[in-house]
Amino acid sequence: MHEMGIAMEIVEIATASIPAGMKGQRVERVNLKIGKLSAVVPENLRFCFEIVAKDTPLCNAELNIEEVPVVVRCRDCHSQETINEPVFACRKCSSGSVEVISGRELDINSIEITDEGEPDADKTI
Amino acid sequence: MLIKLYKIQQYNHHKTFQKPFHSHTRNDAGRGNIKAGTRKIKVVRRVLDVNDAIAQQNRELFAKKGVFVINVMSSPGSGKTAILEKALSYLMPKIKCAVIVGDICTSNDADRLAVSGAPVVQVNTDAFGGDCHLAAHVIKTAVNNFELEDIDLLIVENLGNLVCPAEFDIGEDLRVVVLSVTEGEDKPVKYPLMFRVCDATLLNKIDLLPHLDYDRQAAVKYIRQVHSDMPIFEISAKTEAGFGPWIDWLKQKISRKLN
Repeated sequence: MHEMGIAMEIVEIATASIPAGMKGQRVERVNLKIGKLSAVVPENLRFCFEIVAKDTPLCNAELNIEEVPVVVRCRDCHSQETINEPVFACRKCSSGSVEVISGRELDINSIEITDEGEPDADKTI
Repeated sequence: MLIKLYKIQQYNHHKTFQKPFHSHTRNDAGRGNIKAGTRKIKVVRRVLDVNDAIAQQNRELFAKKGVFVINVMSSPGSGKTAILEKALSYLMPKIKCAVIVGDICTSNDADRLAVSGAPVVQVNTDAFGGDCHLAAHVIKTAVNNFELEDIDLLIVENLGNLVCPAEFDIGEDLRVVVLSVTEGEDKPVKYPLMFRVCDATLLNKIDLLPHLDYDRQAAVKYIRQVHSDMPIFEISAKTEAGFGPWIDWLKQKISRKLN
């Protein structure tokens, strides 16, 4: 619902992360981690991102979204598991006392910037 | 079996409506790690870290000034304002209260809450971009309207929305979600993040139960499914039924911080 604001933050953080010597280069890809429990729908985010990225170094950049599953750890039996439904309980011992250890991510991991001079070169740095 | 549409429409950045801006014909093996002809820059930041940092500043300010902050959230029309009107009459004047109320438009809620005598700030989010939630920076600006030294309890009535407010830390001590019995029993499993991040549920409008087919056991079951040990207070803002236990619980939380 607030994907527009999130998209604006992404553009801001990514723009600020372009190293000083590479100003003016285009960001080709933004690698994101988004937890399944976060209130963000990847398709909506992409839609908003395309709009807010215009006229910025991120124009036409690809959002590479890694969706992170919801993983809970049981406080009683300490087992850890991925949950696919909104049932926050331990499947092993049925305890409801579980801690969400992943699934709320909303992180920018890295950006990929055009490497000047060899825009289409086949190299990895 | 449910089919989730957004999963079928797998994103493809070579879709016809988008301009292809690079080729996959080379270096396909490296795809997923890094794009051909690009340099990878590590960032590793939470997208909302600016909000989180301001929320932390708010939290420190509230700790310094001895203010307990409660964030009240729900869908529109669940009775947040009615609950707070009554709650203020239970808490004041012994506990000195102030209220920040968020709405997209109008100051109707602020007018109602100001009758209590508590200082009230209405935040209309259209001035902040028509947002669907109160972010930490909005709270930071709004509290400038209060003398925080003279306040024990700051109540934040968030915008009616079960999605976005759950994602934004504002520096509060306690989060409460209101669910009314005129809504679906399964709201907690439809909006699990909200019920997961809150510390208590107020099940409101129970005075209407005789007129409804509401399955309150089902509602409680769904809340427990998402947050097993969350206190649930069954209340009516109209008749004040159930207000004793919930106000006592709130007072206990306040005194634990301030004493």
